[in-house]
Amino acid sequence: MNRQSDAEIETGLRFFGKMTASVSHEIKNVMAIINESAGLLEDYSLMAEKGMPIDPERLKVVSDRIASQIRRADSITKNLNSLAHSVDEFRKSVDIRETLALAVGLTGRFADMRSVILDFQPPSDFPAVITSPFHLLNLIWQVLDFAMDVSGAGKRVGLTFEAGPKSVKIRFTGIEALTNPPETVFPTAKEAALLHMLGAAIHQDAEKGEIDLVLPKDDRQQVTAES
Amino acid sequence: MEKVLLVDDEKEFLEIMAERMGARDMNVTTTTSPKEALKKAQEESYDAVILDLMMPEMDGLETLKELKKKNPDLQVILLTGHATVQKGVEAMKLGATDLLEKPADLKILTEKIKKAHTKKMVLVQKKAEEKIRHILAEKGW
Repeated sequence: MNRQSDAEIETGLRFFGKMTASVSHEIKNVMAIINESAGLLEDYSLMAEKGMPIDPERLKVVSDRIASQIRRADSITKNLNSLAHSVDEFRKSVDIRETLALAVGLTGRFADMRSVILDFQPPSDFPAVITSPFHLLNLIWQVLDFAMDVSGAGKRVGLTFEAGPKSVKIRFTGIEALTNPPETVFPTAKEAALLHMLGAAIHQDAEKGEIDLVLPKDDRQQVTAES
Repeated sequence: MEKVLLVDDEKEFLEIMAERMGARDMNVTTTTSPKEALKKAQEESYDAVILDLMMPEMDGLETLKELKKKNPDLQVILLTGHATVQKGVEAMKLGATDLLEKPADLKILTEKIKKAHTKKMVLVQKKAEEKIRHILAEKGW
């Protein structure tokens, strides 16, 4: 990896902080549900001690709820773990399908907060690119953040990808309020730095309501938006 | 019996809390929508509103501001997953009665609701006394 500027380091740290804060919030929500479920079981046992009959179905509802929250916490923690390991190597083969699934998992809460639905529709292939996984995740988040802001009345951002011989195109669709010329400057200097670092390019199509993020199969080869 | 409005975007959390608080003789209404909460708070009189700080549609602080604008005497307890000091101070400045971090102890929350209920009763009584005093002064009795 090339030496990064202070601004680039700051962008990376802000992204890392934003994601981990969101994950911790989600974990707290899960813990709150499990905590109250434990409290509810305690209430039931106190009721039983007083001779009040407890319907076994009520116990089953609580146990199913705890199991479902544990699965939720497991998925949240897996995403956090993958984010943490994305800085292990700054140049490696990255599975695009896995990376997009991780990005959707990590940013789901931000979408919920804006009442936007992230609709990931992966095709059947499994393309990989050689790049920096952490910076790629950061760039996908920056595009998603912008796309959610301009998702318009539809409030749905689609994600898919398409593999070419030298590049992989990540497509963000359904961006209804994308305008030409853009009302909001995008990409900003922050995204431009990430694009440069990954040898990637962005193409916006206001008519189709789409943004294409074009990644070279090897980040040492720069691509253009038309690649 | 305390009348409580519980606002949180976690549906399961609302279901359990409603059951547990109901078992403690509280009359609990729940909603996952801050906008609906504003409507409910205008239609009904609650002893306390328990409000999540981070929700879709409308930020918790924004909801708090709106609630207090419509009814300055309303007792609002914030319940949050991650309370930064800055957010806590902001919430208190906006008139929140209290702020609790998730997962919260129901015993503590119940105590705070009871305190909020007492505070509301004092405010209602104060207002009634003021009204009587005003009538007495106006009529010259």
